Amino acid sequence: MKLITAVVRPHKVDEVKEALRKVGVKGITVTEVKGFGRQGGHAETYRGAEYKVEFMPKAKLEVLADAADTEAITAAIRSAAVTGQIGDGKIWVTDVDAVIRIRTGEQDREAL
Amino acid sequence: MRRRLLHVGAAATLLTAVSASPAWAQEVSAESVQATLDNIWIVVAAVLVILMQAGFALVEAGLTRAKNVANIMMKNLMDFSAGVLAFGAIGFAIAFGSGNDFFGMKGWFLDPGHFTEGTFGNLSLATYFLFQVAFAATAATIVSGAMAERTKFKSYFVYSFVITAIIYPVVVHWLWGGGWLAKLSTPMIDFAGSTIVHGVGGWAALMGALVLGPRIGKYDSEGRPRAIPGHSIPFAIVGVFILFIGWFGFNPGSQLAADAAVPRIAVTTLIAGAAGGVLAAFTIWLKTGVPDVAMAGNGVLGGLVGITAGTANVSNWGAFIIGALAGILVVYSVIFFDRRGIDDPVGAVSVHGVCGAFGTLMVGLLATDTGLFYGGGWSQLGSQVIGVVAVFVFVTVTSGALFYAIKATIGLRVPPEEEIEGLDVVEHGSPGYGPDVSALSAG
Repeated sequence: MKLITAVVRPHKVDEVKEALRKVGVKGITVTEVKGFGRQGGHAETYRGAEYKVEFMPKAKLEVLADAADTEAITAAIRSAAVTGQIGDGKIWVTDVDAVIRIRTGEQDREAL
Repeated sequence: MRRRLLHVGAAATLLTAVSASPAWAQEVSAESVQATLDNIWIVVAAVLVILMQAGFALVEAGLTRAKNVANIMMKNLMDFSAGVLAFGAIGFAIAFGSGNDFFGMKGWFLDPGHFTEGTFGNLSLATYFLFQVAFAATAATIVSGAMAERTKFKSYFVYSFVITAIIYPVVVHWLWGGGWLAKLSTPMIDFAGSTIVHGVGGWAALMGALVLGPRIGKYDSEGRPRAIPGHSIPFAIVGVFILFIGWFGFNPGSQLAADAAVPRIAVTTLIAGAAGGVLAAFTIWLKTGVPDVAMAGNGVLGGLVGITAGTANVSNWGAFIIGALAGILVVYSVIFFDRRGIDDPVGAVSVHGVCGAFGTLMVGLLATDTGLFYGGGWSQLGSQVIGVVAVFVFVTVTSGALFYAIKATIGLRVPPEEEIEGLDVVEHGSPGYGPDVSALSAG
């Protein structure tokens, strides 16, 4: 089992969700997060003075998947979330030891 | 409806003693109806001016951070509430009681034995007090924004009591109470208080911000200003609209009568506010490349403050010129004070002090009867300069002394840890935007 985590632009969340549905994903978890990357935030102006936005708002998506589906899912996320500009985000994949559905007690593949 | 009107008319006849014969047997006269209309209109205008308190609260809350929102609301609530009591007990007598050319000394606690019928023309003591106390509260609340996010609540409470009980009423007595500014050979014109109300608030705000010092993080290590964005532009702009609406009580109400001048004054008020907003938006747009929303809001208010002195004495074109120039001025003024280490989170000094002084001076040029540009000569402008300078000196000296006295005794500023955490929890016990406490965690 794998956990696929993606940090994407907040306004891309709907497109990513649709793309994931098309490759058969049954559920995702989305969190509003803030962070910085290589650009390190950016400057804005307010009442004639500048200030630096150190952390940009992003959306974090978490998808649990069977190892065999990992490549299709990461490809779907990337194609939906990409704009080609700085700040598109990242995707990473980690191993998961166990998945349990709380309602039924089903495990792993059945619990997805 | 007709019966009711007759009844009200008769009551007003009683109130103003228009006739010597028994009122109930009296026919309704034109004078008694006029007196009733005057009183009712000024009560409505007073309520509109009180509504401005909500506008100030929202503008100040919107342009500051969420961690201090309860403190800002509390300050606005208390400077109004304490101000009403202070002005009723002491301030009204200093402003309008008989005395010398500088302050009144009679009529404490709204004494009807001193303020007898006819003292305020057609207006009853109750009507006149209601209108004037709303103005006093306006002068007091202006300071709250400039001192936001770092002032001890109890210290602010003391300040707001003193300004509404003493400092503001003395200035009012000089002009509206028949004092020395009203007795100049060409009396100063400040119809609704660009200087008398907004100048007092604005210059006290300047001294408050100066004595307090800037918020932590406002200036970088080399002293360059850093923006600290407000937490709610919707609050700020709804606040601007409420103030704009309230100004239709502030200026047209200052006619102190329900007559043909009222709509004309409303139009000069409207034009100046609109011109201020447009010109401020374009000015900041040209300067920084973006039409800054909060600055445009300051522009509307700057235009309104500017027209307040001459609203009954200038033409529509005069109102446009005053509003437009105030809109440009407010942008440069905000940036000027920002770069000189005076941290005024909402622009109160620029809007009320600078635009108030500017609008008062412009009356000397643009008043259609006595203004320099209309062939009235220099004397009106001279009186305007005298009034603006006198109020500036008096208010900066007295409010400066007050703020230094508070600083030396109970302290003016919260400790740095409290400022960083936010004033809401430490000063008032809980945040303005509280968490949803569940039943479980409460148990």
